[in-house]
Amino acid sequence: MDVASEHSTDHDAHHGPAKGFTRWVYTTNHKDIGTMYLWLAFAMFLIGGSMAMVIRAELFQPGLQLVQPGFFNQMTTMHGLIMVFGAVMPAFVGLANWLIPMMIGAPDMALPRMNNLSFWILPFAFGLLLLTLFMDGGGPNFGWTFYAPLSTQYAPPSVTFFIFSIHLMGLSSIMGAINVIATIINMRAPGMTLMKMPLFVWTWLITAFLLLAAMPVLAGVVTMMLMDINFGTSYFSAAGGGDPVLFQHLFWFFGHPEVYIMILPAFGIISHIVPAFSRKRLFGYSSMVYATASIAILSFMVWAHHMFTVGLPLAGELFFMYATMMIAVPTGVKVFNWISTMFRGSLTLETPMLFAIAFIVLFTIGGFSGLMLAISPADFQYQDTYFVVAHFHYVLVPGAIFSIIAAAYFWLPKWCGRMYDEKLGKIHFWWSFVGLNLTFFPMHFVGLAGMPRRIPDYALQFADFNMISSIGAFIFGTAQLFFLYIVVKCILTGEKAPACPWEGAEGLEWTLPSPAPYHSFTVPPKFED
Amino acid sequence: MVELNLTKGYWLFIALYLVVPQVSADLKYNMPVGVTEVSHAVHSLHMTIFWICVAIAVIVFGVMFWSIFHHRKSRGAKAAQFHENTLVEIIWTLIPLVILVAMAVPATATLIKMYDTSDADVDIQITGYQWKWHYKYVNDDIEFFSTLSTPADQIKNEAPKDTNYLLEVDQPLVLPVGKKVRFLVTSNDVIHSWWVPDLAVKRDAIPGFINEAWTKIERSGTYRGQCAELCGKDHGFMPIVVEAKSEQEYSAWVANKQAEKEAAKQAAAASATKEWSHDELMAEGEKVYARICAACHQPTGMGIPSVFPALKGSPVATGNVQEHINIVLHGRPGTAMQAFAQQLSTTELAAVITYERNAWDNNTGDTVLPQAIQAVLDKQ
Amino acid sequence: MNHQHYYVPEQSHWPIVAAFALFFLAAGTAHTIIHGQPLLLIIGLGAIAYLFVGWFGEVIRENQAGLLDNDQVDRSFRLGMGWFIFSEVMFFAAFFGALFYIRHFSVPWLAGEGAKGISHMLWPAFEASWPVMSPPDSARFPGPEETVDPWHLPFINTLLLVSSSITLTIAHHALKKGHRAVVIAWMFVTVALGVSFLVVQGYEYHEAYTQMGLTLHAGVYGATFFILTGFHGMHVTLGTIILIVMLSRILRGHFSARRHFGFEASAWYWHFVDVVWLGLFIFVYVL
Ligand code: HEA
Ligand code: HEA
Ligand code: CUA
Ligand SMILES: [Cu+2]
Repeated sequence: MDVASEHSTDHDAHHGPAKGFTRWVYTTNHKDIGTMYLWLAFAMFLIGGSMAMVIRAELFQPGLQLVQPGFFNQMTTMHGLIMVFGAVMPAFVGLANWLIPMMIGAPDMALPRMNNLSFWILPFAFGLLLLTLFMDGGGPNFGWTFYAPLSTQYAPPSVTFFIFSIHLMGLSSIMGAINVIATIINMRAPGMTLMKMPLFVWTWLITAFLLLAAMPVLAGVVTMMLMDINFGTSYFSAAGGGDPVLFQHLFWFFGHPEVYIMILPAFGIISHIVPAFSRKRLFGYSSMVYATASIAILSFMVWAHHMFTVGLPLAGELFFMYATMMIAVPTGVKVFNWISTMFRGSLTLETPMLFAIAFIVLFTIGGFSGLMLAISPADFQYQDTYFVVAHFHYVLVPGAIFSIIAAAYFWLPKWCGRMYDEKLGKIHFWWSFVGLNLTFFPMHFVGLAGMPRRIPDYALQFADFNMISSIGAFIFGTAQLFFLYIVVKCILTGEKAPACPWEGAEGLEWTLPSPAPYHSFTVPPKFED
Repeated sequence: MVELNLTKGYWLFIALYLVVPQVSADLKYNMPVGVTEVSHAVHSLHMTIFWICVAIAVIVFGVMFWSIFHHRKSRGAKAAQFHENTLVEIIWTLIPLVILVAMAVPATATLIKMYDTSDADVDIQITGYQWKWHYKYVNDDIEFFSTLSTPADQIKNEAPKDTNYLLEVDQPLVLPVGKKVRFLVTSNDVIHSWWVPDLAVKRDAIPGFINEAWTKIERSGTYRGQCAELCGKDHGFMPIVVEAKSEQEYSAWVANKQAEKEAAKQAAAASATKEWSHDELMAEGEKVYARICAACHQPTGMGIPSVFPALKGSPVATGNVQEHINIVLHGRPGTAMQAFAQQLSTTELAAVITYERNAWDNNTGDTVLPQAIQAVLDKQ
Repeated sequence: MNHQHYYVPEQSHWPIVAAFALFFLAAGTAHTIIHGQPLLLIIGLGAIAYLFVGWFGEVIRENQAGLLDNDQVDRSFRLGMGWFIFSEVMFFAAFFGALFYIRHFSVPWLAGEGAKGISHMLWPAFEASWPVMSPPDSARFPGPEETVDPWHLPFINTLLLVSSSITLTIAHHALKKGHRAVVIAWMFVTVALGVSFLVVQGYEYHEAYTQMGLTLHAGVYGATFFILTGFHGMHVTLGTIILIVMLSRILRGHFSARRHFGFEASAWYWHFVDVVWLGLFIFVYVL
């Protein structure tokens, strides 16, 4: 998105964007960096999505037709890794970069050079990750959860490269999180107390803490893998006194907070869009903040719900079941608050609102299946089936991805000073909505009927629903190419947007002209509630 | 308003009520009720939570869609001003909490039952291998491997697929009906997971550790499941078949199995003294290779670069014979190469080693006899 | 609050240099491990060295030029360093957590105690003890013959590190009072203590490898021992280098009595490393 290079209202010529490629490579500007993050995320989404297309094409019918099982496993693994680390996380960091300084009335992020580094590490990290596909023995083939000893003693040699690419991603995330915390705590405009911050800022603050607590543990566990693989230690081998299950505890101590890292900023986005198109203030602001914090705290106490079948002692099993179920309470509060915001509002259904409403409905469905998974004895039947795949795609695709798309439609006018084509946006919405449900809803059924996940071929009774899923996936996939077209069209030829194109939108970012000037608030605004 | 929304919800509820059982009645698309007390409990737990979720969904989405339709700007709706109410916040924190407690009670009871592995009548040790299962009847001294029996041409779409495509094995696990069977689940290499939906048993097989599980089957029949933990290339191809037999049939089966074992011992002894010709060994070896070794080393003997070593022209298969025998017998600890000394008979071992040393232009001309294998085994 | 003059640095090439350097460091280490060719790694290390000198040099120049002399910028740096240390705490927490799990769960289970004690069937000869002197499969993971006595070298090291934290604090107080000569003296002592710690640690490792059979592959005790103390040792090394840089900056007359965040940050780091050591001393050596 070519931001602000034209019609910049910046008076401070000395601080305008540089020309040429150095503008992007050397930049310290939060908007440029945010833009790069968003484009990287989108590219990764297409790559990860193409891998999902390979998966769905192979699963279109029973039997092996397109790919060999070994390669199928690489696709599954890379799809998961790239979507999680390459698409959703960078997209949220991109949004944070663009929006947080504007929302809190700051000139930029607190640590601008480090900000640039956080971004530029990522292309290298993902380059390295993708390179492993071309190495001897192929890329990672042990699932995005890379359980030992499949990922240690039995892994292809490229696993060592994989470990270091994870290290790079972790480093980037940690620096990004530090930056967000420093910015939010230190750079708010006078008068903006914590409890007056926009919710996107709040959810990101809490997300940043999750990142800081979770990513180093991931770094730790991959380091143990590195040592086990290459230096003869025995963390994950019973032969030396270790335990493969230890890997899972460490991984999920990171992994569960990670899934909330992928949803809390989404909650923030929805909390902006729903009030804007309801023309009514968000219901229960402070309870939203407390609910987010509760989810974050609880998220560190539930990790073993991914491990109900590994043979935890009974007490552990019960504890993790209860703790997991508790998360439904604060999440429910959020859902109820959004609905109360709509209740007796004055609603219009522009594209961002459509995506937001779909988010609420479909995320909640995903939450419900999550709750079912949390019931440990029932999870014995669900675990490692497509029911789980259905669950997490419902929270991730119409959850994280829809919120990001909604955010893009909502703030595009602010970013590039132009409006997207509303009609095309609506088409994109319905196209995605149909494709998505067609893809992921049948997965509940095949999962319950007994289809394990991560298999390239399946028994005949699963055939019909798999075919529907695959067709849905192609529909959904092409819809996202259409989205690309809408965005590009908007940037190039969209109608000029006013400072605040949405009747009901509130917040400091809408007081800036569209497109937002290169430096948002060189002089902090007076913030009044 | 509340009234209106309730009627709306009511109709939605009715609609769902008509559709969903339609789907769930056809067991193909829902969790199986299964054939054990535990599986019944799990199933009813599943349906209970499911209906609770449906009910909540109907109410919550009902209110939401009602607002979306009635509070549209285009219908002239003016936004109200309220944006806070501590009382409702407390209410909608407490109600879900109560619902959750109501779910947790039966869940806890079921879980405690599942964990009670005491007083079992039969003990079965289940060991996962890449990519097959090994069953050992601890009390009866019977053991065997159970491997996918779907032919490769069906998988490659070169032949029509059977009904039980990918869910059939050469030797099923046979269990008695009405007895408490305890499973001791472990693994030889990576993590697998032993899962039979009709028994509601799923336990991860962790290398170096043993997990316990149990079942008490109510009806005789054939129950099928699959490995439920990604365990490498052929994770999708290691099914489980349980055959539940009445007590008499089961005892007969055990007796028969033990007789078979005796017979096999004698056959092995006979074959050990038999004069095997090179060609006979090659023919036998080719079969064993296809059944056991080809999954990793590939039918071409080329392996998969950097994952599974090639045998064609390899130093092991063309070098020192004793070294080759050693590796096949004892495996390479910590790698996918298993120890085959216990898995195969001396004849099969001799045959497959002979085959590997002569197939794919390895042409060492060596013939390894069962006696040579026996000699190595005797030394230990 | 002075919001007017928040320092937003100009464009900078250092981040992209850093990204390159980190990439070479990461890919180079992996390449060295897998293919035994250290060229990429050497490029990475060189780039990292260049980077540190260059980037931090630039920040120091900005600092000297007064660009960073702003309360708000100062707070950003403090927040940055503080939360960075928090992430380091979590990194060590992973390794301490693993140690805890191994001692309290996996080793007892393998030896027949606790909820999964039935696992003992697979390792009938294994007995629980900590340190694990003969791991379940001693052919693959030969256990150590002896383990390090906490009350000799490790205890000396504890004294060294704790006193280095004290001497550093003395230096800091002197800096606040503006007594430069005192600062320099105590900084010398601190660095010397840090270096001695490393020497002792290196000697201990040497003994462990050559005399005690205590190695990385000596089963799970060796693994936890070397990984925990090793990562700590790497942090001490880094901390010592940072302190040396601080010392040389003081020698050049940097830092004012009022504003010397670079110094404080390194002190925080050093204290953090010290606290980790106390945890190690208790949980790895003594208990
Ligand atoms: C954005 C990501 C995201 C989110 C938000 C969630 C949210 C939840 N998840 Fe999910 N989960 C994943 C991503 C996510 N998950 C992923 C990626 C995996 C698989 C990883 C892998 O193995 O590869 C997974 C797997 C997973 C498992 C393991 C399954 C298995 O492998 O066997 C479990 C088990 O407990 C679980 C539970 C939950 C619960 C209880 C929630 C809760 O937070 C949901 C709470 C929300 C609601 C409940 C709905 C709204 C609430 C109301 C309307 C209030 C009233 C409701 C009631 C009282 C019922 N998840
Ligand atoms: C945020 C995370 C995220 C997102 C967005 C997605 C998006 C999608 N995912 Fe998934 N997925 C995961 C996270 C995610 N996924 C994870 C963590 C796993 C577990 C991995 C593991 O088991 O280890 C998983 C696993 C997983 C599986 C199970 C694989 C297995 O168990 O073997 C499947 C199967 O259908 C699947 C499908 C899809 C599809 C169809 C989409 C679609 O939404 C994608 C749509 C996008 C595009 C298609 C890109 C745009 C289009 C093009 C580039 C043009 C090409 C298009 C055509 C040819 C039509 N995913
Ligand atoms: Cu065995 Cu999957
Ligand atoms: Cu989770």
